[in-house]
This record gives sequence, structure tokens and C-alpha cells, in this order.
Amino acid sequence: MGIISRGFSGRRTNESANLPPGQYLTTDFPVLSAGPTPHIPLDRWEFTIRDDNNALLRRWDWKSFRELPSETPTVDLHCVTRWSKLRTTWEGVSLDTLLASVQTNASYVMAHSYGDYSTNLPIDDLKGRKAWIAFRFDGKDLEPEHGGPARLLVPHLYLWKSAKWVRGLQLMLQDKPGFWEGLGYHLYGDPWREQRYSVDK
Amino acid sequence: MAGATILGRQIMWRVGTVVALHDETATARTLTVEVPDWSGHLAGQHIDVRLTAADGYSAVRSYSLASAPNSEGHVQITVERLPNGEVSPYLTQIIARGDRLEVRGPIGGWFVWRPEQVEPVQLIAGGSGIVPLMAMIRSRKSVGSRSQFRLLYSVREPEAVFYKNELMALAEDDLGLAVAYAYTRKVPTHWPRPPGRIDATLIRNATWPSVLAPTCYVCGPTSFVESVTELLTASGYERNKIRTERFGATGAKNERA
Repeated sequence: MGIISRGFSGRRTNESANLPPGQYLTTDFPVLSAGPTPHIPLDRWEFTIRDDNNALLRRWDWKSFRELPSETPTVDLHCVTRWSKLRTTWEGVSLDTLLASVQTNASYVMAHSYGDYSTNLPIDDLKGRKAWIAFRFDGKDLEPEHGGPARLLVPHLYLWKSAKWVRGLQLMLQDKPGFWEGLGYHLYGDPWREQRYSVDK
Repeated sequence: MAGATILGRQIMWRVGTVVALHDETATARTLTVEVPDWSGHLAGQHIDVRLTAADGYSAVRSYSLASAPNSEGHVQITVERLPNGEVSPYLTQIIARGDRLEVRGPIGGWFVWRPEQVEPVQLIAGGSGIVPLMAMIRSRKSVGSRSQFRLLYSVREPEAVFYKNELMALAEDDLGLAVAYAYTRKVPTHWPRPPGRIDATLIRNATWPSVLAPTCYVCGPTSFVESVTELLTASGYERNKIRTERFGATGAKNERA
């Protein structure tokens, strides 16, 4: 416990108890991005899966991607900047569906985005119906500032892992830091273990 | 890309002491905190501030550093009071000189200006988004950089300008710094432009021509950053030279939502 801040009582809510440590609840949907929001026309959009030598394994254009079966998960979001937003509803294609036909012994992936963002994840965190390529939020097409036309959604990790404007996955035999991870954020980013920065256990 | 700058012991919580308080506006206050063994920072980085209640409940928020790196171990943050904030009312109204404050940092290696950068720099601030950009302006001066800076500062009204006198003095003394304002609600007397947001004309008149390939730092509420970066890319700025820092939704700014 830290030193007591004289005269500070804080403001607790009933929801606080359900939040990961150090998070507070918001009903807004704040935006955090490192640069300008890219706008990707659907006729030029693609999603690819490549192996660790960058060879193309699978490719979908918007039409073939949208023909895949989709799911509508309701999930909680936790941002490393400390806001959490509960019970958000999305529509997206499960990564289980996208990875189903890919044979690999890779243990990690790098998600790449339009606008050159990247983030690394263990491949197991994308499987088991806990990760999606989401294209609708709250019943509406996903807005560009929130990652549209499509973003990765991996709600059990801090939200920077849910790469906006995602354009593909590269399979990796070994873990490597992505954009924020290379700037000192945690390689894995579990909000329940409060893995914000690289020095957090 | 910049290297990791938040590694190692810099990230541990430390107990600082509030050594000065200064009201910037009716709702914003600058706190100067003396932090033992502060190892320095880069302009644009932020710190986490932790408040703890008597029963152990704690709340943490991130605040951009306003001060240039200095040798005294003093760091400054400027906090805008949010009507329903949990932490900002305490920092702007209750905390007093001599009080202790837990901080950790500096944090962030992307939205930073480094003294070795020599290219022209365009700063665009919306409201309290001025804070990390002011750290860049102060850092530029303290290291004697010859990099040319321009600041375009969008603010509600003249009374809401942070660092007013310092900005005026800096811009008068220094040909390498130009400051322009966009008042969105109320303008000063005899101001040539009616109240309004930053638009394409103002971008053309008050920012570097894109051919000079400046590095741009845009900081403010989400809607402000979205609109300004659209205008910049439409007028030919390279996307990969635009760095952004967005403060929360609904103008929540420095408390980051």
C-alpha cells in the first residue's frame, strides 16, 4: 500500500469490484492511437495469414471475409490507460475459423495493421473462441477511429493487443515485440495480473 | 523507431513532495513535485500519479509532464479539473505545498521530442493537450536547439490559455518559435478571425508547408485529433510523420478518460 494522500477519499462504485486492478469504469469509448486514423476502402481491404518466412498462406478480400460465419460476442474491454468498459457487443469472425485451415508449429503471431501498427500475441490466445476479427460494434459498422473496417478483438488482454485496422497475421516461431511492446509495454499484457509495462511481472 | 525508455528502475513508485502550486486558469493548476533520484525524462512523456485513501483504496491517473528535463529533480504536471473527476479535483483544489505524492515514470517513448531532432516541428494543441507540447517547447529552449518550432494552439477562449505569459515571451525572444491561436468560442478584442475550430485555411496559414517535412505532434481530445490529422494529411503531410496523443472522450483530456 502506498502513502496516504491527506484528504483523499476516492470514489468507489459497485462495479469497481469486478474490474482488474488499477482500472476504473467508463461508459464512453475513448480512443488511443499513435498516429492518424487510416481510411481503408473496402475494395482494397484484405486480411492475410503469412508464415514466419512471410510466405502467404491464406488471403481474404472483404467479400470472402464477410461470407465467413460470424459471431456476436459480448465482452469487457480493459485499456492500459486504465479505463474499462463492460459488456460491449461486437460482431466478428472467430480466429478459430480463420486459423482452422492453417497448419503450423508457430507459437506466436504478429498482428499487422494498416498504418504500420503491430502487436505480438501467443497463438493460443487467439484460439478457443476468445479472439475475433471484428467489423461491427454495438450493432453498427465499426467506425474508422475505433479500428474499422475491421480490428482484432482479444478482450482478455489489454486493448492495445486488439490491433485496429488489422490487415493480417504473421506466424512466428519465437516471440518478438510489436509497436508498443518495443516502447516498453508488456509483451503479454494480462489486465488481471496488471501487466502494463515490461518491468511488471 | 525510438528505443524503450521506460525500462528499469525508472518505473518504480517514488514518493515526491509538492513544492509549488500555480493556477494556470480558473480550472487548471500546475504542480511542481520534487522527486528524489529522478533520472530525467524526455519532453512528451507522462507520469502515473497514485492517490491512496486512508482505507487503502487507491486511484491512479496518467498526466503528461509539462516541464523540460532539468537537473533539480523537479517535475511539473498541469491538471485540468474535470467536473466529475475522481483525481483531478483533489490535485487542483485539495493538495497543498508540502504534501507527498506518489509518482512513477517517466513513461512513453513514442510521443516524444528528442534534443537530437533537427527537422522543423509542428505542434498542434487542443485545450489541455498543450501540456506535453509545452514540455517540448521548454526542452527545445533549455538545450539550445536550433530546430524550428511552430505551435498552433486551439483553445476555447483567451482565459483558458495555459502558460500565456511564458508563451508570449518565448515567441517574442526567439525567431525559432512561432505561436498561433485558434479560439473556438470567444476571441480577444480586435482578433481578425471569428471564433471557430482549426480549418484548412488555418492549417495553410499557421503551420509549416508540408514540403518541409516537419514532424507533427498533435495532442488533444479525440475529436480534435481526428479532425486535425485529417486536415494535415489532406494538405500533404506525410502520415508517418504525424504523432498523436488523444485524451479520453468528451474532452476529458488530461485525465485520459
